[in-house]
Amino acid sequence: MGAGQTIAAGLALTALVEIPGGTYRPLYPADPEQPVVEVAPFLLEAHPVTVGQYATFVRVQPRWAPGVPPAVLADRGYLGAWKVNRPADDRPVTEVSWYAARAYCAAAGRRLPTEDEWELVARASPTQRDASADPAWLAEILAWYSAPATAPLGPVRAGRNNAWGVWDMHGLVWEWVEDFNNALVAGDAREGGEEDKARFCGVGAISAQDVRDYANFMRVAWRSSLRGEMTTRTLGFRCAADLETP
Amino acid sequence: MPPRPPTVRRTSSAPRARRGALSLSAALLLASCGAPTSKAPAATTPAEPTIYTAAEVAAGAMGAPQGAPIQAVLTAPPLVPPPTNRTAPANVVVNLEVVEKTMPISEGVDYTFWTFGGTVPGSFIRIRQGDHVEFHLQNHPDNKMPHNIDLHAVTGPGGGAASSFTAPGHASQFSFQALNPGLYVYHCATAPVGMHVANGMYGLILVEPPGGLPPVDREYYVMQGDWYTVGKYREKGLQPFDMQKAIEENATYVVFNGAEGALVGDNALQAKVGERVRIYVGNGGPNLVSSFHVIGEIFDKVYFEGGDRFQTNVQTTMIPAGGSAIVEYIVEAPGTYVLVDHSLFRAFNKGAVGMMKVTGGDNLVVYSGKEVDSVYLADKAAATGAPVAAATAATAAGALTLDQQIAAGERLFAGTCSTCHQADGKGLAGVFPPLAGSDWLMADARRSVGVVLNGLSGPVTVNDQPYNSVMPPMSQLNDDEVAHILTYVRNSWGNKGDAVSPAMVAEVRKETPRSVGAAH
Repeated sequence: MGAGQTIAAGLALTALVEIPGGTYRPLYPADPEQPVVEVAPFLLEAHPVTVGQYATFVRVQPRWAPGVPPAVLADRGYLGAWKVNRPADDRPVTEVSWYAARAYCAAAGRRLPTEDEWELVARASPTQRDASADPAWLAEILAWYSAPATAPLGPVRAGRNNAWGVWDMHGLVWEWVEDFNNALVAGDAREGGEEDKARFCGVGAISAQDVRDYANFMRVAWRSSLRGEMTTRTLGFRCAADLETP
Repeated sequence: MPPRPPTVRRTSSAPRARRGALSLSAALLLASCGAPTSKAPAATTPAEPTIYTAAEVAAGAMGAPQGAPIQAVLTAPPLVPPPTNRTAPANVVVNLEVVEKTMPISEGVDYTFWTFGGTVPGSFIRIRQGDHVEFHLQNHPDNKMPHNIDLHAVTGPGGGAASSFTAPGHASQFSFQALNPGLYVYHCATAPVGMHVANGMYGLILVEPPGGLPPVDREYYVMQGDWYTVGKYREKGLQPFDMQKAIEENATYVVFNGAEGALVGDNALQAKVGERVRIYVGNGGPNLVSSFHVIGEIFDKVYFEGGDRFQTNVQTTMIPAGGSAIVEYIVEAPGTYVLVDHSLFRAFNKGAVGMMKVTGGDNLVVYSGKEVDSVYLADKAAATGAPVAAATAATAAGALTLDQQIAAGERLFAGTCSTCHQADGKGLAGVFPPLAGSDWLMADARRSVGVVLNGLSGPVTVNDQPYNSVMPPMSQLNDDEVAHILTYVRNSWGNKGDAVSPAMVAEVRKETPRSVGAAH
């Protein structure tokens, strides 16, 4: 399991990495007049939540056991591959809904990261905190996005950590963020107005900040395809926390 | 001078006589005012199906869908579902699954395709104008990406894209009515849309007009696409998508039906002599426009751009990216007919080649086969005959002389080489190297043989002058001819050298196998 983890509320929690914040340019800024957003300092778990950690959570909160949550909180795929409690299972948990991920983080006294927070950390390569202009790094990410997920998932922390000391932002699973449908209008993404339709086909490029950042396009498209109760085999999460103010 | 016909009169064969309900009522209105009508005598003219505009269909002119819902038959390329053979609109259910999978794009080269139905192009969908379609898009749980579908046959924002946006392991449903007949492209429209299309997410949907298309003997489904891989053309192994090449529109592969060789050899399209063939041709792009051509055939009909009008007697038809055409021809002679994008470097260097094999009896009136095989030297070839024939005879008799070779070589040089190297062997400064007084030429006779047989490209230095050009392989020349030409060249314009023997040419030809496709 994760390095330096602590036990809180009966859960085996992942160590938090301090991210000193910074500026970040979203692909689709909420306010076109403000293309660059400030991300305040915060804490982020060093790796995605594992099957083992989630198993402990399910034991503590049985209402999140497989088959238990109502359909509005988790679709039929929820923990579909779940067999037994596997406290030593280091693979990332997937097939969890946004509601389930939020419940886990809340039980841990934490929260899901915002899209801006997640993307700020995701810009980092193993050597650079902002590798968003490094074509080789972007190509590496794109190659992972392009491959289907037919092979079983490996354990967390198997690759290199990034310049922040955070593992598996790319190459293992997609991750929930708090405001996953931020790039779309509020409400049902499929019934939105112009904002929604602007995400499709070539029109999606009109308001984008960097039409060459295909990996970012794919993450936005990915998040836009989701609703809160949905689960998939490649979608997991990690928690964040506010930096305590002195 | 013959009398002019009354100008108000229209013949019954005019297209406007076959309009829909709205036009017909307008005609009746005119009739009641005493104007001449355009109505044809019903008993003598074969019944033409009524043509409906999209607006008329949307207004319900074709009536409500009839009967129980029909599951649409989907086919993998190059096959096409059978005609609907329906006389009224129906409720049609389409189930299409998105599958991300690794398949060969060329011999020994794999690519991770994103597909509609597990094939590139995706499953062929066939419906009828006026049909009410309930469309289900399933995104396989093993897929990594969300996907959707934009059907160009759909009238509505995004062509269904917004309503079919689907995460892996989920399914979406939307419905539409087919208002316009025609052959339409469908494709994924999820951002970055170019990449989804570049990975193979396109196919065709045919909306038959009322009455269907005229019957033919064979129908096939062919769709072109351009591909962008990190590795070079035919570089082995799993090749990832290259975003930069795609942006630059610098295709690594241009192929029909998703892979080089998808329509070649055992996979070639089949037909028999005398059959009428119809090919539904699409172009998925994402970037390139196709100049679709079938070598050795003339399209009797092309429903250009997939619409309902056709042009006749077409050699090459342009198919835009995200567009289509329906081509028809009767195959009159047996043999192999090659489908190409007539932007020819795509055909010979990027894979845009397919084949139709036609079997049956020879039709020697239509096509004779080779009757005479002779050297053609155009206007430069005057009087080649005698010296070349003399050299050939002398070779056969084992008594070939230097002078005979030079004489024959002079004639052959005039026909084949002088256009570039000039009749006086001086070449063109900076473009075509000189042969007269050439140190490079005279340094190595065997090398010169290789150049004639295999061509030469790239930098060479001749008499201290740099050249960087391309000479194509002269593979149409036989060993005797190459030997004569080089003997002439090496003994003319002040050059002094030995004879080049046909045996040496044969040796060099054997030692230096040309790559496949270098000679054609």
